[in-house]
Amino acid sequence: MANPNLNDSLPLSAESLALIDVEVAKYPADQKQSAVMSALRIAQSEKDWLKPETIEYVAAYLDMPAIAAYEVATFYNMYDTQPVGRHKITLCTNLPCVLMGANKIAAHLKDKLGIDFGETTEDGRYTLKEGECMGACGDAPMCLHNNHAMHTHLTPDKVDELLDELK
Amino acid sequence: MSLLAPTPQVCSWTQALDNPGSLATYVANGGYQALRRVITEQVSGDDIIAELKTSALRGRGGAGFPTGLKWSFMPRAFAGDKYIVCNSDEGEPGTFKDRDILRYNPHQLIEGMAIAGYVLGARVGYNYIHGEIFDCYQIFEAALKEARDAGYLGDKLFGTDFCFQLHAHAGYGAYICGEETALLESLEGKKGQPRFKPPFPASFGLYGKPTTINNTETLASVPWIMQHGGQAFLELGKPNNGGSKLFSVSGHVNKPGNFEVPLGTPFAKLLEMAGGVRSGHKLKAVIPGGSSAPVLPADIMMDCTMDFDSVAKAGSMLGSGAVIVMDETVCMVRALERLSYFYFEESCGQCTPCREGTGWMYRIIHRIEHGQGKPEDIELLNSVAGRIGGHTICALGDAAAMPVQSFLKHFGHEFEHHVEHKRCMDGTEQ
Repeated sequence: MANPNLNDSLPLSAESLALIDVEVAKYPADQKQSAVMSALRIAQSEKDWLKPETIEYVAAYLDMPAIAAYEVATFYNMYDTQPVGRHKITLCTNLPCVLMGANKIAAHLKDKLGIDFGETTEDGRYTLKEGECMGACGDAPMCLHNNHAMHTHLTPDKVDELLDELK
Repeated sequence: MSLLAPTPQVCSWTQALDNPGSLATYVANGGYQALRRVITEQVSGDDIIAELKTSALRGRGGAGFPTGLKWSFMPRAFAGDKYIVCNSDEGEPGTFKDRDILRYNPHQLIEGMAIAGYVLGARVGYNYIHGEIFDCYQIFEAALKEARDAGYLGDKLFGTDFCFQLHAHAGYGAYICGEETALLESLEGKKGQPRFKPPFPASFGLYGKPTTINNTETLASVPWIMQHGGQAFLELGKPNNGGSKLFSVSGHVNKPGNFEVPLGTPFAKLLEMAGGVRSGHKLKAVIPGGSSAPVLPADIMMDCTMDFDSVAKAGSMLGSGAVIVMDETVCMVRALERLSYFYFEESCGQCTPCREGTGWMYRIIHRIEHGQGKPEDIELLNSVAGRIGGHTICALGDAAAMPVQSFLKHFGHEFEHHVEHKRCMDGTEQ
């Protein structure tokens, strides 16, 4: 996948690039852009958030215009184009979750962390976000940790346990 | 339970077994037999589509469009690339059924997609999975590997010339990608903004090629129909509403979860399966088909049976089968405020009536809920909603307007109470 336009000092690890190559192989050879969502996800998992340079690097790797990769990074709400804490907690507050107690969990999280939705703790440990439907309403209330680990049937005690585990 | 018997658990039968999602469990109970038969016996695509039409299988993603008819739109004889795409971008508030198929029965979906590929002449398929259920994406990827290793996906299946490959694609947080043309844009690596139709995906779909897009549960129902016949599927449900369906029951019930029951099952029975309304409370309202479906008051709902035609007759939509139950403690203004925020947040911004109207509606409902509503706001809200529906490229505009119009129709007095008294009605808290 060598691209002569890429800088020698790779902003992404060989492991991440290997994962991106697996994604690229899913699509027709002339449709590498189809892998941009996965590539940005993989890049974000490595770098915690998507700096402009990272997005540009991903775009170059997939032979697509940087602006097209920016569009994707800013359209889908699980990408972070601003710094976040080491642990991003996204709580669903949509109607089914609220009916099943999400507002109590939201209040507990805010109180415990001393921050509101969209904020990061001063020590950079936690970011709290408000999420939309995660497609698991029967297990409400629920949150995502760093986008990929879902925690369901939350209670204030379970929230405390989870926060303690996340160093 | 197994796929060998025509049980009403069309998609959920594996959940009664050990290792429900594994290839071994699936194959030991009749899995991949239908695929093997149609490919090795070279059953004609016309015959399979006729079987689907007999079955009265209707799209399980929300629109309820007849699947056999949709497949018949594909230019099957067209020699170039064609695609079959599964829509597992399940983000409609209240809906969580496809997640269970991906977790507990992924091979039935893979088999259904392979049969679709055979009928439609597609050699490649994609399954687009909701970003927030990333664990299900990983489970599905593992199932794909099992199927490839066992020779159920790949080149020259069962010693014939038929080749079919299938891939998973993870979304990353955009409700709009559940709209089929937005999903195609997203699969192409772009912002998920819906396309103007026509052309429809059957003529201009993924990468501009003929494409059929079906919901997860729809595709997973196909092996059952091929195994037992369209007539048996039809007879599980009722005329024009074939089969069983997964219903996701959430909100104020004792036992939230998924329940697969024959179409035409009384709502009262489904509610009972979900453990009934939260103990000590009584039913106030139900959104029967996901957050975009019009809300119905308890008395209308209790007379309803759960099928496309009966829920439509009652003034709502069966939609994706997401049943959101609300008891008497719910403030309907606050409930609508949250739903309206969702559509405002998720509007893709392409069409002015939706982009501006969803924010406008949210701001009006927000001020009514917070004691700053004016008497003319209720009429204004109805007027804005009426000017969004039907005036946008995709159905998100209608989906945002329908809750507003139905909440005002059935629970208008709560909105008037908020305007007049600057607070929620007594006894409503959530």
